[in-house]
Order: sequence, then structure tokens, then C-alpha cells
Amino acid sequence: MRITQGTFSYLPDLTDSQIAAQIDYCLDQGWAVGIEYTDDPHPRNTFWEMYGNPMFDIRDAAAILLEVNACRATFPQYYIRVTAFDSTHGTESVVLSFIVNRPDAEPGFRLIRTEEPGRTVRYSIESYAVQARPEGARY
Amino acid sequence: MGDMNTPTQITDAKKRYSAGVLKYAQMGYWDSDYEPKATDILALFRITPQDGVDPIEAAAAVAGESSTATWTVVWTDRLTACDMYRAKAYRVDPVPNTPGQFFAYVAYDLSLFEEGSITNVAASIIGNVFSFKPLKAARLEDMKFPVAYVKTFAGPPTGIIVERERLDKFGRPLLGATTKPKLGLSGRNYGRVVYEGLKGGLDFMKDDENINSQPFMHWRDRFLFVMDAVNKASAATGEVKGSYLNVTAGTMEEMYRRADFAKDLGSVIVMVDLVVGYTAIQSLSHWCRQNDMILHLHRAGHGTYTRQKNHGVSFRVIAKWMRMAGVDHIHAGTAVGKLEGDPMTVQGYYNVCRDTHTEVDLQRGIYFDQDWGALKKVMPVASGGIHAGQMHQLIDLFGDDVVLQFGGGTIGHPQGIQAGATANRVALEAMVLARNEGRNIAEEGPQILRDAAKWCSPLAAALDTWGDITFNYASTDTSDYAPTPSVA
Repeated sequence: MRITQGTFSYLPDLTDSQIAAQIDYCLDQGWAVGIEYTDDPHPRNTFWEMYGNPMFDIRDAAAILLEVNACRATFPQYYIRVTAFDSTHGTESVVLSFIVNRPDAEPGFRLIRTEEPGRTVRYSIESYAVQARPEGARY
Repeated sequence: MGDMNTPTQITDAKKRYSAGVLKYAQMGYWDSDYEPKATDILALFRITPQDGVDPIEAAAAVAGESSTATWTVVWTDRLTACDMYRAKAYRVDPVPNTPGQFFAYVAYDLSLFEEGSITNVAASIIGNVFSFKPLKAARLEDMKFPVAYVKTFAGPPTGIIVERERLDKFGRPLLGATTKPKLGLSGRNYGRVVYEGLKGGLDFMKDDENINSQPFMHWRDRFLFVMDAVNKASAATGEVKGSYLNVTAGTMEEMYRRADFAKDLGSVIVMVDLVVGYTAIQSLSHWCRQNDMILHLHRAGHGTYTRQKNHGVSFRVIAKWMRMAGVDHIHAGTAVGKLEGDPMTVQGYYNVCRDTHTEVDLQRGIYFDQDWGALKKVMPVASGGIHAGQMHQLIDLFGDDVVLQFGGGTIGHPQGIQAGATANRVALEAMVLARNEGRNIAEEGPQILRDAAKWCSPLAAALDTWGDITFNYASTDTSDYAPTPSVA
């Protein structure tokens, strides 16, 4: 399966020039761009590891793309996303976040149903890859 | 405006309070010199006086009947600080190009209103005055609330920013669809539609306004089957998914019962219809705040009083009230779909939902500045007769902070519901990508869609089926201050 988190997961994987164009857009908006990676893509795993802090002071898409590619070289079998932060009052949150790297094989998630009294069911979702192996050895 | 014939306030107290009937202007409900205070609540009415009724006296009557006045003088006024409690009509302008109609501005002292109660605002401002005989018609066009009053409301329980953080969805409009047919599906069949739509790429599915607990599907069955579909789709995609579970019911107790069950099943969102009333909406909003729940409001019934320009309440007022009452989503129009809505007027509603500070914008029907006092933002929902072929227009008109709901445009797809959902998601992401790359989507949109359709057959099929469908009718509720462009 293909995990479809992020802004552009239904499109073909973005090329480097497409990624650079999105970073350019972020910089034009005054946003700070960060890079995050994980091997635990549970939909509620909010805190992917940061590949350094958000790059508040780097205002050059080419330089940020170098960082993206360095992260890819270090973590080729991880999910990597580019995330933009807007510090404007009233927003102060993430405003764009798209996946730029994913493992070769994505085994996906198991839906666990726990039956309770009546017909109520408790649901939880578990990643096959996370369940199988520890952090760092999953993909 | 005003002329020498307009009666003015009688200041001699003995004359003013003699038993009998006076003009409202004589009673003190018209004051052309009045400077609204920063703490006043302001209202703008469009009034159509009966033939022969002076517009200023009509405006004074509106101020009187929506504050302290009755039809005759009462001495008991003199027991109160009545000069302060009297609302003041302070400005009357003819409506441009519309003989017989006038804009009447009225100021109300803050102490006329109960804190944190939209119901009290409504009971005052639209309580009696719309049936008042000297007026042929009246419409509440806009209101301004001082920050002091805004801050007495908790506002949206979640708001746009936190909703996105909870759902982990950023940088694009959210996508939804209403389960169809809206009536008649069993719980099992209903859940099937939900699963297919969510797995295909939608973020949300939605109950329709009139799906409550009918003989063909008890509400508990709907909730149980829908939540199985939601969780299964979440596992299939790795995304957080939701379905607006409509908890609208005959009593508040029953609505709480349904909302509690939705929470027990792990739903991220519940839904309620505008027809439950403002008090019920505020109660449910507080419940949502306590239970980490997003609150979706369907504006069922609003067209009965918002659509006609000469009488009723503008939807921009309802949108302001609902932001204060505390909803997270509100249906606010599509401009291009099957339901009423002039594009700029609809943009005005969206701005009211999403601004931190709204500026006067006559072309969009915004008559007052409004400081929202850090009240959270409401996510507008565009729903009703829209399809993937309009994606560029929708994003160009409304930007990213909107839920685009394609009901028929998902479920009616020739290749099935999943394909319909995928077509919409691909069209959306392709359009956002292109916009961010600096392309002019308003002009290049159709080409961007055709290019994406080359590698996405569901989108190609959607464009073949609906690409030429438009709902190009003249709007009834349009701005008085600008030519209104139609969207083809």
C-alpha cells in the first residue's frame, strides 16, 4: 500500500525541481522549512524525528534541497517529509507538509478490533513494519 | 440623510413621558449626531418602509422595537437609565439603485445583552422588529460586536488550526462527500459508501441534514457501521479519517446521548443542524470542547430567511453568530455549485469565518470592521453540486482553509465511489501543486486538470462525465456596491 499522508501523496513522487518549487513557494510566504523523518508512519505519530531545526534563516530553496537530499542519503528507507511553519499570529502552526521519500516496500497497517459489550468495537491501528522490528530496522 | 420634517427627540421630560403615542424619533430612538462607542454593538438593517412612512422614523422604530420601546409611552421608563438603554438609529442611507429601500444603522449599548448568549442577541435584534407593520420588509445585513462582547464567548471548540493538527492535514483544502442517497440506506449499506469514499481519498464523509434516526436506520446502527468504515479506511491509507455523525435529535438529552456514543466509538467529529437552535448549538459546542470533538454545523433551514435580499437575515450575520456560538465547520456556499451564492458575497461569508480581523469590504457585503479578539477560526464548507472539473475555480475563490464536499461528484462517478474520491483528490493536489508553482490556476486550471487526467483515469472519467456541468443562474443575494461577476 501507499501511505497517503501529506499534501501531495496522490500525485506521482515529486521530482527535485518540483520539490524546490514548493520550497520556493514556502519561502515566498515567509514560512520556515523543516525536514522530518520516521520509520513509524502511524497516522497519529505526530512527532517524526527532526533532521535539524526548522531552517528559519535559510531563504534559498537550493540550499534546503541539499539538506533534503542529505537526509535521503542518510535515511533512504525512511519516510521523509518537508514541513513548512507559519509564525503569523492566528496561525502559528504547520501550513504545508509533503512526503519526499518513502521506503521501497510499504506493508501498511493492521486494523485491530476489540469487541466490547453490546456491539461496540474499540479500534486500533498497528503498522506491520513497526510491529515486526525495532526502530531503525523496520524498512 | 434627514430633513426638517423629521421629528427630533423631545427633551422636556414632562412632555416626553405624558401618556399617549409619540413618534419613535421623538421618543429618542433617532440621533443623527450619535457617535457609536467602542463598546456598542452595531447592526445594519435594510428596511423597506410602507408608502408614506419617513425612512428616519422607520429606522427609529427599528431601534425602538429592538431595544426598549413599545407602541405607546410608558412612565416606567423613568425608573431606569432609559437614555442609555434606548438603541439609537444614527445613520440612514438610501440603498444604491434600489428605490424604497434604506440602510439603517443602529447602535446598542453593551449592557442590553447577556454575556455569551447568541440566543439573547437574536431575541433582541430580530425578536419583534421583522413583523413590524410600518415596514413592508426588513433585513439584518450585518453586525459588529465589540471585542468586550466577543470575549464572553468561548467560540469554536477546535478551530481550523487545531483541526488540521489533529487530522495531520496541511496545505490544501479538505475533501468530503455526503453519503447518498440521503435517506433509505440501511446501516450496512450506508457504511459501505463511507468506506469507499474514504479509502478512495476523501478526508471526511458526512451524514446529511435529515438523517437522524429513521425507521430504515437507527442512529446506533449508523454510528457503528460508519465507525468501522472510518477505521478500516484509516488503516488502508495511513491517514486520519472522519465521518460527521449527525447527532441532531428531538431533545438535548438525546443529542448528548448520541454525541457520547460517537465519542465512545472514537469519532473525531460530530455534526448538528442549524434548526436545533442557537442554545442547543452552544450547549453542544461546550460538550465538544470537553470531549476533543470537532463540531460540524449544517446550515439546514437558513435559506428560508437568508436568500431574499429585502427580508430576513443575511448569512454573514449567521456566520458571525455561529463563530461566536462555537462551531468548527459551517456550510457557507460554493458560488459555482447548485445552491444560491454570488461569488463575492460568498467570499464575504468565508472571510467572516476565517479572518483574525475583518475589514469593511462593501463589494463582499461586509459593512463593519470586526476584531475577532483571537476567537478561533471556523472552517467553511463548500457543498452542493460541485465536481472535480471546478477544482481550479474553487481553490481560486476560497483558498486552502475550506472543506470541499463532492457528494454526487464522488458517489455518482461512472467507475465507482473509490474512483470518484480519487479523481477529486488528484484534481485537488494537482491544482494546489500548480498554484504553489506560480501558475495562474484561474486561467490554466482546465489544462492542469487535463494533464493530470492523462495519468489518472478516474479523473479523466470525471471530467468526461461532468466537465461541462455548470449552474449558471443569477443570484438573488448580491452586493449593492459592485457589478457581480458570474462564474461560468
